Amino acid sequence: MKLKKGIPVIDQGDRLGFWGGKFGGNFVPETLKKPIEDLEIQFNKLKNDKNFIKERDFYFKNWIGTPTRFIKLNNLTKHVGGAQIWSKVVSDANGGAHKIYNATVHCLLAKRSGKKVIIGDTGAGYAGKMLSMAAKKFGLECKIFMGAKDIKRQQPNVKAMKKNGADVIPVYSGSQTLVDAVSECMRYWVANCDTTAMCVGSTVGPAIFVRICGWSTSQISRELKVQLINEFGEVPKKLKLYNCVGGGSSSFGFWNEFMDYDKKQVEFIGVEAGGPAKSKKHAAPLTYGSKIGILHGAAQYVNQNRDGQIEETESISAGLDYPGISPLHCFLKDAKRARYTAASDEEALKAYQIVTKYENLRPSLEPSHAFSVAIKEAKKLSKNTIVIINSCGDAYKDRGILEKKLGKKYVKSN
Amino acid sequence: MLNPISLAFKKAKEDKRPALLTYTVAGDSSKRQSLEVLKAISNYADILEVGVPHNTPVADGGQIQTSAYRAIKNGIKMNDIFKIVRDFKKSKNSKPVILMGYYNMIFQYGENNFLKKCKKSGVNGLIVVDLPWPENKIFSKKCKKNSIYFIQLISPTTSNKRLKSITKDSHDMIYYISMLSTTGGKLKVSPKKILSNYNKIKKISPKKNCVIGFGITEKTISKFKNTDGLVVGSQICKEITRSLSNRQNPVINVSKMVSKLRKKIS
Repeated sequence: MKLKKGIPVIDQGDRLGFWGGKFGGNFVPETLKKPIEDLEIQFNKLKNDKNFIKERDFYFKNWIGTPTRFIKLNNLTKHVGGAQIWSKVVSDANGGAHKIYNATVHCLLAKRSGKKVIIGDTGAGYAGKMLSMAAKKFGLECKIFMGAKDIKRQQPNVKAMKKNGADVIPVYSGSQTLVDAVSECMRYWVANCDTTAMCVGSTVGPAIFVRICGWSTSQISRELKVQLINEFGEVPKKLKLYNCVGGGSSSFGFWNEFMDYDKKQVEFIGVEAGGPAKSKKHAAPLTYGSKIGILHGAAQYVNQNRDGQIEETESISAGLDYPGISPLHCFLKDAKRARYTAASDEEALKAYQIVTKYENLRPSLEPSHAFSVAIKEAKKLSKNTIVIINSCGDAYKDRGILEKKLGKKYVKSN
Repeated sequence: MLNPISLAFKKAKEDKRPALLTYTVAGDSSKRQSLEVLKAISNYADILEVGVPHNTPVADGGQIQTSAYRAIKNGIKMNDIFKIVRDFKKSKNSKPVILMGYYNMIFQYGENNFLKKCKKSGVNGLIVVDLPWPENKIFSKKCKKNSIYFIQLISPTTSNKRLKSITKDSHDMIYYISMLSTTGGKLKVSPKKILSNYNKIKKISPKKNCVIGFGITEKTISKFKNTDGLVVGSQICKEITRSLSNRQNPVINVSKMVSKLRKKIS
């Protein structure tokens, strides 16, 4: 399996939407074939349309607030004593996470196609919050599907969604987390696809949703490349990009502009959620060698039993708590372009403590997974190595969990 | 030899009525009971769809999900499902069986192994909800080689161009999804509109048997008498759930329901 150079990865799928001949595709009910085809035609046209790109960039700049900061973490670097540790603070984006890029693009597409309602799934609540923000901004009615368990553990984002006027629909089936929210959202779309647009919250789902999301979050690496050149005069000779991976939207966006660089120069490290140290359950299909299966319309590595029933996951971070993984990451793994590993709940919490102790930065539990591995590896790396962690979400939403696990002093009062 | 599915349609036509197809989930509420249900309803139904429960079903509504989760919770495995079919096929009133489910279950079993096992246990047809045309081209050919019908689905959103290609590639039976809905949705389109779409399919493909499913219940079934076949699923699953919560025997209740359904189209 090999990546092609000079062609965006989102466009490297075959005629049926498979990357590397086996990841992705469109395993969908017949009813969804037409709306998916319509969306494909629309997106393929608009992604090369100058006016559309101008419109996207306008909202990215003036509403989302690009570029997000690229900062050196001096104290942490000193504490760790190895590579230079930097962070791309994507949580600066309007709403506090990278999910805003995909949500904005989906709303722009929905508006152009004349749809009045947009629906979406959410785990940590960020995808839902951002979709509710964008829907409000662009005058669309919005419904968010969210697992009942996640509604309980991510209250701040639920409140935000409701404040934005979205209808938050609790999903009680299965494990009551993201996987069930995505299923329920797809079911709603099956029944309402004539009037309603669907936004899948990550680089998962039928191929077109993987592509639109990857295209949207790639804003992160477009900015980073410019920032790197401003800072170092070039893309550094030894660069390591750490990112947490749940569905895989922020990591893909963080890496996309650097795909064609040799991995000896720009290495990608994806950190999955290993779950509680003592539990056998996890949300790390790439790290722990899960088999290929079909989930939510796409072939991917996915946690499942021998029969093909999708297995329940466990992670402290709702945003990573998903049994599958983007077909793009399956492709990057098998093409050996990216390396994947996992951090446990406890390791993520510890990393959160270290980062907040030394820096004025408050990564949510998702990027805390990436920080954990980055801190560990940076120790052994030379001073001229540039380690960058995508701090793709803010910990405000995790205050309940953090207070419970670490005590009040780790939760700020805002 | 004529596939028993085609034979069932032929017999129903001789009776001047649509064939009655039922859908129940294998292993709901237990392996033994789901077999009993099949045996009981086969007195009235012509073709039996046996659902392969899956825990991330993207096209099923509440009732079928409830049945599926119940079956999975009670430990149903793919091999148990084949055994249920095999045992049913040995019973005296055995009818053609269609397995209906999601592609991951087949993919994990291995397409070839799955078909071998289908043949051995007496499965006559397959409906794979999330393996649409043209993605299903290779697999549907494999089915044909094994004398198993691969049943293509057509929906109100299917374009005319697709409709022609799909019917051309389909085997003897086609399944028309009456409306934009998951299974178990209330009929939100007029029977007239549904029948007009149905007739469009029949015009393109007059020789193939086309059944209508989704929204077919005791209330609506008699409105579709002039068709090749009708599928009732969610209402039956709901009846199993109702019987269990009332501590009644689902086998008797479901059997009564299917007998009523049959009378309404006879």
